[in-house]
Amino acid sequence: MLQADLIPTVMQDRYQNDFLGITDFRGMVTINIRGAIVLDVLRMMKTDPRFACNFLADLTAVDHLLKGGHARYSVVYHLLNQYDALRIVVQAWVDEEAPSLASVAALWRTADWQEREVYDLFGIEFEGHPDLRRILNPDDYKGHPLRKDYPLQGRGERDDFPVVERSIGSKWPTGQAGFE
Amino acid sequence: MTLEAQPLITEPLILNFGPSHPATHGTLRVIMELDGELVTKVTAEIGYLHSGFEKLGEHLDYNQYITITDRMNYMSPMCNNVAFALAAEQLLDLEVPLRAQYLRVLMCEFSRIADHLLCVGMQAVDVGAFTVFLYGFRMREQIYDLFELVCGSRLTTSYTRVGGLMRDLPDGAIPLAAYLIEEIPNTLREIDGLLSHNRIWLDRTRGISPISPEQAISYGLSGPLARACGVDYDIRVKEPYSAYGDFDFDVIIGKDGDVYDRYIVRLHEMWESLKICRQVLEKLPGGPVNVDTDSKAILPPPDEVFNSIEGLIYHFELTMENRGFEPPVGDSYVPTESPNGELGFYIVSDGGREPYRIRTRPPSLMNYSIFEELVPGLMVSDVVAVLGSMNIIAGELDR
Repeated sequence: MLQADLIPTVMQDRYQNDFLGITDFRGMVTINIRGAIVLDVLRMMKTDPRFACNFLADLTAVDHLLKGGHARYSVVYHLLNQYDALRIVVQAWVDEEAPSLASVAALWRTADWQEREVYDLFGIEFEGHPDLRRILNPDDYKGHPLRKDYPLQGRGERDDFPVVERSIGSKWPTGQAGFE
Repeated sequence: MTLEAQPLITEPLILNFGPSHPATHGTLRVIMELDGELVTKVTAEIGYLHSGFEKLGEHLDYNQYITITDRMNYMSPMCNNVAFALAAEQLLDLEVPLRAQYLRVLMCEFSRIADHLLCVGMQAVDVGAFTVFLYGFRMREQIYDLFELVCGSRLTTSYTRVGGLMRDLPDGAIPLAAYLIEEIPNTLREIDGLLSHNRIWLDRTRGISPISPEQAISYGLSGPLARACGVDYDIRVKEPYSAYGDFDFDVIIGKDGDVYDRYIVRLHEMWESLKICRQVLEKLPGGPVNVDTDSKAILPPPDEVFNSIEGLIYHFELTMENRGFEPPVGDSYVPTESPNGELGFYIVSDGGREPYRIRTRPPSLMNYSIFEELVPGLMVSDVVAVLGSMNIIAGELDR
């Protein structure tokens, strides 16, 4: 049985200053921690029988540049205890300078692709990740689009796409279609 | 002189499958290393349909974003609409009237049937059984007729609003829904008869790419894919949302987690969805489909706008460029059971009229991540069967 009311005392005893408090908004319990202890906390949430969060439902990040918070970025882990159908959110705060965090891919294989996605869109690096590459954007893409300082219109990436000239009209049938 | 058998010299062959291939159902790219016809290694490349929906969501208000959710899982847009509306309503702390909750359930379940019909049909096409696809598609078109009647659009439904629905059911929708509930079983029996005991189908699907429950949980699989492995988790039952607690239905659990079990789970889930639809029509309560206009979240009805000053002001406040409702600072996430698995929207609000951050938990991404581990050791033709059974929707996978 997931004992949610135990969380504040357990976290306070174990992590003291790295534990940044619990928020409860409309029934969604969020544990705020510093990024340095994220692997330890998630391992505890997974293996400790009092919490037994066996399922990592979602892993994402938020850029707090305009909103403010404990640090610039937070990586958000949605944990689910499938035995009792209870959910807990762990929010790990990461500083702006060289954002980096321990990978949890060893605990849940699903973290592999999701951490790659966070790396791609936010530029947060995951130490110990087996294969940290971009996943949605091309490998040679510059920048991290979901950061708040990245403009909605992009930075002109679409301007220098290669244009395909089709072999129609006067060039056909001898003309070469290809990249200019 | 004796003839000695010479060893056959083979070289690994790289086969590029996709990004645009009839069997990928979307733009997926799979790079396979082959030894003869056996796949030895596979790399899945995604992102060909990445459209920046999450970035776009930070610049649209809550009701505008509903049109974007249609385009994620375009096989069952109603479920996406409902999932998003639920998350936004949790943020605003709105309680939707019971009639709207029931209608959402009805639409979600019809969507689930349409999605599963297409998935089973596509799976059959991929291994060479074209008839099943046509039978399924015929029924799916009729379900889309219902969607068209209800919301005016077949694919991009945008049926929900934050705080209710776009409108109540029009005349003729209930008889059409009742007709569908009568007709769909015939299609399901046809599919069942064509596939479930078909020798070729069994040979092509039994024992192909089994997944263990531990693997399924570790990879974050959900929906029919996880239930086919024996993971007994259905959000509709375990964490009921939108009045799902009022209905009586069974959760279908498979055993082996192979391609055949995924098909069986989907087929039987359609029967269960029909049960739910039937109960919705029996119990459908009257009343409004939107929250009270005083909540300042939903547009007032037209006669109120034209005939009362309050209605006119509310309408003005909600529709003008720089107005609209402003949810409190906070975040919300409501898990829902979409046809592919757990679908949820994680909304972070900074108190503005646009979400600060909006994240989709796409079931296709998690379901697809196990693909690289499943495929090595199979034949090329089985790769297509596995891909078909996973029902990967690229719009949702890449967003």
